[in-house]
Amino acid sequence: MIVLRRLGAGLVVLWVAATAAYLALLAAPGSTVDSIIGDGADTPLIRSQIVQEWNLDRPALLQYLDYLWRFGHGDLGRSYLLQRPVRDVVGDQIWPTFELAIAAALLGIALALVLALTTRRPWSRRVSSTAELVLVSTPPFLIGLVLLSVFSFQLGLFPVSGDRGFAALILPAITLALPVAGVLTQVLRDGLDRALEEPFVVTARARGLRERAVLARHALRHALLPAVSLLGWLCGTLLGGVVIIETVFGRPGLGQVTLQAVTSEDMPVVLAVVVFSAAAYVLLNTAADLALLVIDPRLRGSTS
Amino acid sequence: MISIRDLHVEFPHRRGLVTAVRGIDLDIHPGECVAIVGESGSGKSVTARTLVGLAGPGAIVRSERFDIDGQDARRFTDDQWRQRRGGFAGLILQDALVSLDPLRTVGAEIGEVLRVHGHRGDRAARVRELLSTVHVPEPERRAGQYPHQLSGGLRQRALIASAIAGGPPLLIADEPTTALDVTVQAQILALLAERRAAGETLLLISHDLAVVARLADRVLVMRDGLIVEAGETGTLLSAPGHPYTKKLLKAVPSAATRGKRLGGTGEVRPAEPPGEAVIEARGLTKRYGKHTVVADVDLTVGRGEIVGLVGESGSGKTTVAQLLFGLVAPTSGSVTFEGAAWTGVPERRRRALRRRMQFISQDPLSSFDPRWTVRRIVAEALPRGAAVEPLLDRVGLGAGLLDRHPRQLSGGQRQRVAIARALAPRPSLIICDEPVSALDVSVQAQVLDLLADIRATDGTALLFISHDLGVVHHLADRVLVMHDGAVVESGPVDDVFRRPAHEYTRALLDAVPTLETL
Amino acid sequence: MTPRYRALLAAAGFLALMLVVVALPGLIAADPLAADPFHVLEAPSGAHWFGTDQLGRDVFDRVVHGARHSLTIAVAATLLAVLCGVLLGMLAGLSHRYADEALARSFDALSAFPLILLALLFIAIAGTGPVSLVVAIGLATLPHYARVVRAQTFVVRQAGYVTQAVAFGHSRTRLVVRHVLPNVLGPVPVLAIMGLGEAILFAAGLSFLGMGTQPPSPEWGAMLSEGRNYLSVAPWVSVIPGVIVTLTVIALTVVGRHLQRRVEGRLA
Repeated sequence: MIVLRRLGAGLVVLWVAATAAYLALLAAPGSTVDSIIGDGADTPLIRSQIVQEWNLDRPALLQYLDYLWRFGHGDLGRSYLLQRPVRDVVGDQIWPTFELAIAAALLGIALALVLALTTRRPWSRRVSSTAELVLVSTPPFLIGLVLLSVFSFQLGLFPVSGDRGFAALILPAITLALPVAGVLTQVLRDGLDRALEEPFVVTARARGLRERAVLARHALRHALLPAVSLLGWLCGTLLGGVVIIETVFGRPGLGQVTLQAVTSEDMPVVLAVVVFSAAAYVLLNTAADLALLVIDPRLRGSTS
Repeated sequence: MISIRDLHVEFPHRRGLVTAVRGIDLDIHPGECVAIVGESGSGKSVTARTLVGLAGPGAIVRSERFDIDGQDARRFTDDQWRQRRGGFAGLILQDALVSLDPLRTVGAEIGEVLRVHGHRGDRAARVRELLSTVHVPEPERRAGQYPHQLSGGLRQRALIASAIAGGPPLLIADEPTTALDVTVQAQILALLAERRAAGETLLLISHDLAVVARLADRVLVMRDGLIVEAGETGTLLSAPGHPYTKKLLKAVPSAATRGKRLGGTGEVRPAEPPGEAVIEARGLTKRYGKHTVVADVDLTVGRGEIVGLVGESGSGKTTVAQLLFGLVAPTSGSVTFEGAAWTGVPERRRRALRRRMQFISQDPLSSFDPRWTVRRIVAEALPRGAAVEPLLDRVGLGAGLLDRHPRQLSGGQRQRVAIARALAPRPSLIICDEPVSALDVSVQAQVLDLLADIRATDGTALLFISHDLGVVHHLADRVLVMHDGAVVESGPVDDVFRRPAHEYTRALLDAVPTLETL
Repeated sequence: MTPRYRALLAAAGFLALMLVVVALPGLIAADPLAADPFHVLEAPSGAHWFGTDQLGRDVFDRVVHGARHSLTIAVAATLLAVLCGVLLGMLAGLSHRYADEALARSFDALSAFPLILLALLFIAIAGTGPVSLVVAIGLATLPHYARVVRAQTFVVRQAGYVTQAVAFGHSRTRLVVRHVLPNVLGPVPVLAIMGLGEAILFAAGLSFLGMGTQPPSPEWGAMLSEGRNYLSVAPWVSVIPGVIVTLTVIALTVVGRHLQRRVEGRLA
């Protein structure tokens, strides 16, 4: 029942997001046809194609419903600039981005867990907190540029650009992962600190548990709760981050597609990317909600 | 078993050290039950936790002697302490809802002790056995449940089961019954007595002399980190030597203290006999969905009368307060206040009469706007331009507190500010919802004296809601006993409490630990 | 003096310096556009503290003048976001169930877009430029403030002191003005200070992508972007403005956290 409700709420958010994107298209200055053409070739034939595809000659409500219907079926329309279906444009470039995002997420999460759990003593803690503050406050492209100049230009350890093989993935993934690790470490550490002040920790210690076991068996679970609810945020940060990281490292991917689409005002592609990332966010956020239900029995709301 | 001389415990603070325990001696012999009694900040809990090496982060513990089971604990390594915890001494804290890990099942929590202390054999079976030992019905099912799914009493039993799982000869119980209803408290105390009969040694920590009186062989009274008096329970209670012990004993409200001052000497000025009804409720009922929270309650408070409303948690007494105050609309039934209809009329119509009815809650801090000073808080309730000082003076607060923020005050001072604010509009009725439950007994005494004075001098009627029968017997003229949303018995306090007609009232009264029955 | 306090002083000092720089850049720096073809990509020295860039322009002068561009954009965007966010958040928090639910879902939906993509969507529609950048960042960060304020409004609405004030027969408007508004707005300035750091990072990122201030006018993110082609020979051209961004954001965070602790301490 709760699961269904969470799924329903996710769908509503997705619907509102798609609608917002659609309204943004309508609100653009100039005619909608002009917006959709962007910097592409402007011929009467193309114009009539657009009018037909977006139902611009039909009533507004119908246009909107048809748009929802198409997006709901994964038909993202056509880029008149690139003369290709948007689905192909996005589909071609999604894999390198996916690779990068997953690598960065895993790295960031692992780093955050290790840092939060190992730097409990005052001194190491201060060093780690300072490092987190610096990481969170540094523009990600600066991190990328510094890594690039040290490891690629000076030491020649990694390729300067491209997506050829695993070696080319390492620096971008680290760049994307560091700010994520910074935020997650802070959240986990706060959570651990708060959990360790709870009475049940005294009880656990009074049972003769080792400090390590108190952390791993009791406090960590409590600290995970706020961290897991950040899953949606993590998804957004990664998808937003790739736009910059792919530029810095000259990697192909969704970020590059987006950037080109924005500069050439290729609205169908921009719209598709935006709605796609909202969908990814909603998916992960719903997953996070469900994960919270698994971790915290109190949220399941059953009492005897 | 435990022998301690000149124990000091200090905590590092922003400026220098804060001393929690300043030189106490403590001996616990096998098989006895020792109680440490004191008010908040007396150092009793720190003492208890020091016995298992868990005084707290950064604590500095010094002593002349600190022998545990014949060994010098001052030289214990972390590992040696760990073996003692759960193995030599089991610790029971108050409120199992937070003292058991809320994310783990009760069975996992108990099983953890077994694992740490190297239990051989079927752990799940042993967990069930332990739950049966502490009289948890259906141990199999309960072991798979989470703390929030159990009732307060069952949770506390599960906590005790986890404390005894390692087979420790010593049980340390720190306020083991504080968050519990009185009938449940009686059951938990009985369970602790049973553990003692089974041969375990008991160290009880409590703020309530009455709770430990029946169980303890010896009582130690602590105050400001020192033991001010120690002795056999009977002797200490009947012939206290130290003025502080005397003051504590005198401050406990009960039938015997009716009409007397708890905090000072002498009597409270007798009140006029109650006048016509200030507030009158007929057939008050509140349902949330199918759930009936308040069922057909009739209630009248006369001018200058104190009416007690007692019941355990979930009995609906707080909802009654909200219905009378007009925060919640009743499903059926009606309330008349000062002769005018109070329910079923729009808030706009009630506003003119609002100032005649005031409200005091258990937690005064949350009832103050955090940005405001005491002066502004009280002034809000006064007519524009009226002086605040006389009111503060009346509740026994100096003008020095005027520009403080509520969080800078002690619990007792906060409750006095709340009372001053409630008095400011000269109300005919004050609804008090557990106004003294969060206070130490000596502070509680002062607040109760103050309320009695207010009634006598101003003729203000009080509806006094409490779970504490002693307090109600001390203060109220009439009492209503609530159970499962309904009033099961009502009448003059002495009649109801001395000759209870309803079996629930009898059960409630039997469960109350008192000093008199000794 | 504790290390924490020292850090706070340093951060506050740095921010004060930034204020001076924004107000009067001409006081300490020369013309940021003056090119010098004979001193191209020179390393930091006594004559050029931060070195020179590919056109021989003094990086120090550019960083100082860039502060005005970068910080103005961030401050304006944050003000926009806070203002609209607070209004919408309070509106949701104070309205009845359905209106609140509708607003809350809209906040959720807006938060579903990654910040940069939302800003890019806006720029794709409205075009590039500083004003567009301000509105884009403002729109993208707005839901955060709206959600926090909405949650805070709920907490305050149900607080004991609001119930208590009912007992004095005050009207609903008076309750809202005297108790709800001040307690909801109290933590907002702190939120805004922390949010300002985020807006600076965000503006730098978008400028880096070429969506903000156009060359040759100095702006931190744009400077980084221009300098990256000379990364291997003259790292100072891009790294120094980047470090200044980092220092500013760190200073804002340190000050913001301190204020937050104080506010929480007062309210707790």
